[in-house]
Amino acid sequence: MSRKISFNCPVQAGDEDRYRIQMGPQHPATHGVLRVDLDLDGEIIRKCNPHVGYLHRGFEKLAEHRTYVQNLVLTDRLDYMAAMANNVGYCEAVEKLLAIEVPQRSRYLRTMVCEMARLASHLLWLATHALDIGAMTVFLYCFREREELLEIFAELCGSRLTNTYTRLGGVRQDVTHSIMMKLEKFVDSFPSNLEEYETLIDTNRIWLKRTIDVGTVGADEAVGLCLTGASLRGSGVDYDIRKHFPYAAYDFMDFEVPLGETGDTYARYRCRIEEMLQSNSILRQCIERMPPGPIIGDDAPDLIMPNKPGRKVEVDVPAQQSLIKLVEDRETFMEGDVYVATEVPKGELGFYFVSDGNGTPYRMHIRSPSFLHISALKTMAKGSMLADLIAIIGTLDVVLGECDR
Amino acid sequence: MESTGIIPRLEVSYPDDVLHSYQYCGQDVVLTRKKHILDICSFIRDQCAMNHLMFLCAVDNSRRKEAIGKNEYERFEVVYQFYSMTTKHSIRIRAQVPDDDCSIESITSLWPGADCLERECFDLMGIHFSSHPDLRRILMPEDWKGHPLRKEYPLRGIGEWAGYETLKEKSLELRTFDYRSSQKGNE
Amino acid sequence: MQILILLIQIAILVAVVLLHVAYATYFERKIIGHMQVRMGPMLVGWHGLLQPIADGIKSFFKEDIIPDQADKSLFLAAPIICLAAMMVSLSVLPFAKGWALADINVGLLFIFAMSSLASYGIILAGWASNSKYTLLGGIRSMAQVISYEIAIGLSLVGVMMLSGTLNLSQIVEAQGNSFFGMFIISQPVAFFVFFIAMLAETNRVPFDLPEAETELVSGYITEYSGMRYAMFFMAEYIGMFVMASIGVVCFLGGWYGPFAVPLFPPIWFILKVYFIMFLFIWIRATLPRYRYDQLMAIGWKLLIPLSLGNIFITGLAMTLAQ
Repeated sequence: MSRKISFNCPVQAGDEDRYRIQMGPQHPATHGVLRVDLDLDGEIIRKCNPHVGYLHRGFEKLAEHRTYVQNLVLTDRLDYMAAMANNVGYCEAVEKLLAIEVPQRSRYLRTMVCEMARLASHLLWLATHALDIGAMTVFLYCFREREELLEIFAELCGSRLTNTYTRLGGVRQDVTHSIMMKLEKFVDSFPSNLEEYETLIDTNRIWLKRTIDVGTVGADEAVGLCLTGASLRGSGVDYDIRKHFPYAAYDFMDFEVPLGETGDTYARYRCRIEEMLQSNSILRQCIERMPPGPIIGDDAPDLIMPNKPGRKVEVDVPAQQSLIKLVEDRETFMEGDVYVATEVPKGELGFYFVSDGNGTPYRMHIRSPSFLHISALKTMAKGSMLADLIAIIGTLDVVLGECDR
Repeated sequence: MESTGIIPRLEVSYPDDVLHSYQYCGQDVVLTRKKHILDICSFIRDQCAMNHLMFLCAVDNSRRKEAIGKNEYERFEVVYQFYSMTTKHSIRIRAQVPDDDCSIESITSLWPGADCLERECFDLMGIHFSSHPDLRRILMPEDWKGHPLRKEYPLRGIGEWAGYETLKEKSLELRTFDYRSSQKGNE
Repeated sequence: MQILILLIQIAILVAVVLLHVAYATYFERKIIGHMQVRMGPMLVGWHGLLQPIADGIKSFFKEDIIPDQADKSLFLAAPIICLAAMMVSLSVLPFAKGWALADINVGLLFIFAMSSLASYGIILAGWASNSKYTLLGGIRSMAQVISYEIAIGLSLVGVMMLSGTLNLSQIVEAQGNSFFGMFIISQPVAFFVFFIAMLAETNRVPFDLPEAETELVSGYITEYSGMRYAMFFMAEYIGMFVMASIGVVCFLGGWYGPFAVPLFPPIWFILKVYFIMFLFIWIRATLPRYRYDQLMAIGWKLLIPLSLGNIFITGLAMTLAQ
């Protein structure tokens, strides 16, 4: 076998002294299947061009052919690190479109699982961010914490990652006493555990050197780049959807939105750490104030799940038909369009629905934060070093499943 | 959310462009022509302090019940949602884009972050954004044919992607690869 | 007859060192595992004791993949250069009084020469693989070794001045059999510089840039597989062992300890080497990685001036003492 394959890329005029590297799609630090096309001058990045789409599954097209209830499971596969938050975001949007009332207990439950998902996602972010910069041990410590949360998820809805916990008009299952006990134990121990990570990271000169003044974005620039979530708040912009458009039970929660000042990698890191503590306090409030009552509304188009007493499951009718029929029957259901955003761990996750009066959405657009964050990478990485790019990708906290949809 | 007063201002400033406005689920929506969309967007950003572009997407109106048989609707529309972090107002602009002239001005000069979103619209819906710095496909492979989010595009696609076919051939070829015979060939 | 004895001695040394290298990986995995709230290898043998042997057998029988576009002869030679250079430097180490294969007068210089030669192996590996990541790793390694070789050499000049010799056994003798005789007491700055430069020289965290996994995939060893990969691995661990031994010989009083052990004289030497190896591992479990320019800045702006100042002060003190 004397096969010769040429790997030579055509070199454009003026680019002869550039060293071109394809980072990804299989690379340890690109968090999935991101490909970054880099033009290097030594180790300094002259041009950075992210390529996405390796995980594109056509959710927006697919959603046009499935009912509102069926589409719920697609949202699990967006940001698979915080599927709960996606479920809640989707359900909030559809409930607004269909004008479904959600009972109070289920709103609290949604807030609770949202914050648990935020903690799980931020812990994973901290783990991988630290690993990218080289601190290996933090990675495993964070996974230990995250494991506890995933165990609670598994007990709550039978699944660790792709939860599909919420339903239109409520949630799938009520919490049990043992779940609440486990959660309470977690909430009690979490702040001291977080402190432990901070001693490993935050007082470390190498960590500070690697993150301070790396990937700096000013406040106006960050807004222009459509950054959201902690990536935006690190630049000092006070924009948190939980405060601006309160959903679930965030109205009744007492929490602060941590803001950074400098807009560099370290500020974003601090923001997320503070956010974890806030999430923890929200979780505590949820546990303390959890109101009694039903977990799913009376007018919810909940179908197959037998959690509502009195509703019979029609086994002989194919599930899809009954779904469409029930949604079509709704009087409140009409033509129109609606956009609802929720604060998922990565940033602003929005669903834009165009409804045509059918049981399926006419058009569903998913505004995914990771997609916009990756587009900001181009601006943020320019002029920094190769090792900084890794830190910047880590600090933007992208999940490619959400980015490519 | 209460009415923001932006719609009347828009109607006064751009009387020829604003087609129709309404409120649905408490959200303000304005239908506009596409001609002065860049001006409208910069008006909204600078005069109304709406600094945050929440999303940008394209919708295919060809089978939409509310659009069929109405003059003001065109084949496509590009939807912009703006939000003001200071006044907490938001507004949605639906710019109508006809089938025969499927292009609209890019707003990347106002929001650099719109870059990716516009590329996505171009990729999935086939709308050209004039003066966009780098309009390429983003989610689909670069040599993909057709625009998947258009309504006439079937759900299961049209044929396999050329790149996948070559990959399949390659894998079949590698399956027949025999280590021993290749060693003999070398000797 | 003499040659035969020498050959037997070499064979014993190589066997002992290879076994040591194998178990150094086990040692590292276990310690890091326990530091990271997990168990480390547990399945092969009692508490995973046979794991290194299983790893060795596995990598020995793995396919040796050579990239199509690689420069074949250099690609094949690079790991051998690396390993051979590291193993040769073992020959001058004095494990105990009279326990050195070759007690030559330029022992210290010889070790530096060999560790520089080993870095050729790394650079050639990076270049010959004909891949962009390996080349970047090779370049990083080259820059790093050049900068830190200077620092490590200068830091030991103070030791040479105090002992007046380059012979490793005589350096140990010069420190004598007392705690306060150790050069770490009289040369703390030199030891500090030496320790940091030692980490950089052996490409360990926080200076593991040539093989930074999250940046360069695996740096210069990206394209290697099977036994050749294992050779680089062995070279790295022998390098750690050699550097730790130099540290013990030059600063920690070599084979001398609180009391003499009659049957097995190198025991103190080995314990001290293990202590430094443990520090290597501890640091790996704790610290993040430096950036390339920061690494260069530390080398040139901190370590080299420090060691130059140390030489000056040592010289001044020696002149005044006379």
